[in-house]
Amino acid sequence: MSAEVKSIPMFMALVRRDVKLAWSQGGGAMLALGFFFVAVSLFPFGVGPAPQVLARIAPGVIWVVALLAAVISLDRLYQADYEDGSLDDLMLSPIGPIGISAAKVLAHWLSTTLPLALLAPAMGVLMNLPDQAYGTLILSLLVGTPALSLIGSVGAALTVAVRRGGVLMLLLILPLYVPTLIFGVGAVDAAMSLTDPLPHMALLAATTLIALVVGLFASAAALKLALE
Amino acid sequence: MGNDLMCRRGGRIVFDGLKFEASAGDFICLRGSNGSGKSTFLRTVCGFLPQAHGRLVWSVGGDESDHLPTEHFIQSGHQNGLKPNFSLRDNASFFVSLASGETVSHQDMRAAAAVFDLEHLLEDSVQYFSSGQRHRAALMRFALVRRQVWLMDEPTVGLDAANREALGQLIANHVAHGGIVIAATHDPLGVEGLELNMDDFQPKITVADEAWL
Repeated sequence: MSAEVKSIPMFMALVRRDVKLAWSQGGGAMLALGFFFVAVSLFPFGVGPAPQVLARIAPGVIWVVALLAAVISLDRLYQADYEDGSLDDLMLSPIGPIGISAAKVLAHWLSTTLPLALLAPAMGVLMNLPDQAYGTLILSLLVGTPALSLIGSVGAALTVAVRRGGVLMLLLILPLYVPTLIFGVGAVDAAMSLTDPLPHMALLAATTLIALVVGLFASAAALKLALE
Repeated sequence: MGNDLMCRRGGRIVFDGLKFEASAGDFICLRGSNGSGKSTFLRTVCGFLPQAHGRLVWSVGGDESDHLPTEHFIQSGHQNGLKPNFSLRDNASFFVSLASGETVSHQDMRAAAAVFDLEHLLEDSVQYFSSGQRHRAALMRFALVRRQVWLMDEPTVGLDAANREALGQLIANHVAHGGIVIAATHDPLGVEGLELNMDDFQPKITVADEAWL
């Protein structure tokens, strides 16, 4: 079938469109990055500039704020398409609902959460993160953030037809982020105290893989339900 | 072909006992008052809504199936599915790559835009379009992607007389080449075809139901 051969261009077309939309006027990527930067820089003012205190809380703060920044950008993942009617066209694409949610999650990760991971070292400087922890911080965010996009996609798909569903989505998905948060912060903490971060990293990768298996199917099913 | 279809939305039966048959070269015009189930019918045919009762049968190249494979039809709904930040060309070429995985040539794009007189707007951002222009931009998809079955929900809304005529011609041309068009509309399109009046399939409240009420 010729339709089989063409599914990669279809997939890539959607990824390109979403990355472009995220960085165009009114897109969520810049907002998420701005939120990440401003929220982390509030902590030195709030807890005081004592270097030891900041270093102690740095991994937790950076991870929690990155997670919240990802959530606020996920709010519109499917809703914008739902409101202007393009979700109908997406769902009727030959790549199917699972292909569509995979493309949208990949685009969200590339456009929004990946830049967060890349900005994290700068936030580490602000929080007086010890030198030996930077590599692990970036690596843990790279391994863990796909889970944020994948789990968030399920919440976004479930609340797509709900007006002001953003807060509802937050309540649905934040509890599911807990494993990613624990293992992500655990890895950076281990690197800070010069112990082996590998066990934490392996568990972090495992949560991402579980999210990959469950998230796409659940998002596709929720989207089908939303269009009824 | 649909047989004895019934659809519910929000617990209410929208239509019941609907029968229709369409084969290559048919134009079916859906008529009916507001709320009689035209959009529900079209969304059921698309496969977005499940039917509560009855069966839809599609016969594609000899094989029968319960739902129409997505690579055989295109639909247009009430919303235009256009991204306001993008130019008309970007919107249109994205639609083509999403539907067929192909990139559209410059000539094809201009030809499709010419159908609804949109050539001069190709590079403009859709957010500055009037609602009629947006609607025409959404209808451009029928000239861009080659599919046998067209499902159109209120395609004439916001169109002026000249563009309505262009739409009528586009439909007539498609039907003449063996296409199937099902359109819900209140305006005459000037195309010969079958008429399906949704008002004929309104649920009847039986005596037993009334006694219970």
